Amino acid sequence: MKLEKATDRVKRGLAEMLKGGVIMDVTTLEQAKIAEDAGAVAVMALERVPADIRASGGVARMADPAIIEAIMGGVTIPVMAKCRIGHFAEAQVLEALGVDYIDESEVLTPADESNHIDKRKFKVPFVCGAINLGEALRRIGEGAAMIRTKGEAGTGNVVEAVKHMRKINGEIRWLNGLPEDELMAAAKELKAPYELVVAVAKKGRLPVVNFSAGGIATPADAALMMQLGADGVFVGSGIFKSEDPSRRAKAIVEATTHYETPDLVAKVSRGLGEAMSGIEIDKMSKEEMLQFRGW
Amino acid sequence: MAGKILNIGVLALQGASREHITMLERCRVRGVAIKKPSGLKNVDGIVIPGGESTTIGKLIDEYEFMDEIRGLANGGFPVFGTCAGMVVLAKKVNGSHGKLLRLIDITVNRNAFGRQVDSFEADIEIRGIEREEIPFRAVFIRAPFIEEAGDGVRVMAEVEGKEVMARQGNILVSAFHPELTDDSRVHEYFLRMVRNSI
Repeated sequence: MKLEKATDRVKRGLAEMLKGGVIMDVTTLEQAKIAEDAGAVAVMALERVPADIRASGGVARMADPAIIEAIMGGVTIPVMAKCRIGHFAEAQVLEALGVDYIDESEVLTPADESNHIDKRKFKVPFVCGAINLGEALRRIGEGAAMIRTKGEAGTGNVVEAVKHMRKINGEIRWLNGLPEDELMAAAKELKAPYELVVAVAKKGRLPVVNFSAGGIATPADAALMMQLGADGVFVGSGIFKSEDPSRRAKAIVEATTHYETPDLVAKVSRGLGEAMSGIEIDKMSKEEMLQFRGW
Repeated sequence: MAGKILNIGVLALQGASREHITMLERCRVRGVAIKKPSGLKNVDGIVIPGGESTTIGKLIDEYEFMDEIRGLANGGFPVFGTCAGMVVLAKKVNGSHGKLLRLIDITVNRNAFGRQVDSFEADIEIRGIEREEIPFRAVFIRAPFIEEAGDGVRVMAEVEGKEVMARQGNILVSAFHPELTDDSRVHEYFLRMVRNSI
C-alpha cells in the first residue's frame, strides 16, 4: 500500500477540518494550554503578538524554535508558526521543526520585496494573507492551501477585516456572474492565474478555506466575520491583550460556532472584562499598516 | 420505507460539516446542519464530522448534546463519526481528552500517524461496502487509529496494520475522511444502516 503525503488534498484538508473554529496567537506554552482548554482548533506560536510587534518596532522575525517546540510538545491541537514573506529559509526551519501549518505573514518584516515563497516545494501546508481576490489567487497559485484576510493586525479594530472579506466575496460573486469568454480579461484585471479564475467562476468560491484575521477582539466581531462568509477566525492580540484571556477565548469560540444566534452571542459577551484597547485606522499612516506588505 | 427521503443530520458545531452535507445530497438524501439538540428530533441518523476533537467534545458538552445523542443511540439511532467524530464516539482515548460520548467499544490513539507532515492518502480495502474489491481512496489528516476493539466491534479496514474503520451495531466510525473524496460508498453504507433502522 502506497501512502501519498503532502498532496493538495491533504494540505487543504487540514484547513477544511479547522472550519468553524478559532485559531489563537500564543507566545508561551501556558497561553497555548489556555487556548486549547477554551476550545481553539489550533494555535499560532509567536514570540510577540502583533500589538507588541507594532509597539516595539524593529525587525520582526520567525519565533525562537525553542518556543515553538515547547508549544508543540505541550498541546495536542495543531500548531502553526509564522515566517517572513519570501523568507523560504525560515519556512524550511519551521518545516524541519514539524509545525502543522506555516503562515507566510505580513505581521513579520518582509524578507523579499518582490517574491513570495514557492510554497509548492514544501510538505507543510501554508496559509497566506490577502486583501482582495487577486492576491488570494496569486498565493494559491504559489501553493497556499489556506487563505486568511489580512485585516489590520494588532489594532483590535475589525474594520479592515470586514473590508477585505467583503471585497473578496464581492469579487467572487462578480466572477461567478461572468460569461466564460470574459474570464481571461477578468484574470488580467485581477492579476491572477487564469485557471484559478476559471475555477472560482465555476464554483462560486475559493478552492481553499478562507478565514478572517486582523483586528478581531470580541465575540461579536467573530460573529460578524462568520456572517460575512468567513470559514473561521484567527484571533491575534485580541485574547491575550484582554483583561480575562481564558473567558474571552471561550466566548469567541462559542460565538464563532453560534454566530447566527444573537441570544448566545449576547450571553457569552456578558461581563467579559475589558477588550484590548484598539487603534483607529484613520490615525495610522500607510507605512504603519501591515496589510500593504506583500502583493 | 420506499420513497421516503431520508433526513441525515450533520453535527455542525465545528469542522468539515459542509463536505458531508454535499456528499449526502449526492446520495440523494437530505443533509441537515445540526447546531442545537432540538435539531436531532427530525433526522433519521447523524454524522459527527472531522474537525478538532477537543473543540467538538467541549461544544457537544456545553450545548447539551451528550445525553441527547446517547439516548438516541442507545435506542438504535445510527451515528457515523469520521476522524474527530470517531474520537468523540470512542469508549476510551489514550492520553488526555475531554468529553467523550463513549458509544463504541474501542480505544483510540489521537494523531496516531503523526503530525500534519505525516498526513496522507492511500487506496485501502474496506470490507462490507459495495464493490468492496475496488479500493477506496482514503484521506488521513492527523488521523487517529483504533488501538483496541472490543468483542462486539467489527473492524472493516486497516492501513499498515492499524485499524481505521469499525462498526458496532448502529455506530460506524472511520479514522479517514470519505467526505473529502468523490467516492460515496462509505456514505451509502451508512445510509443502508439508517434505512434498516427505520
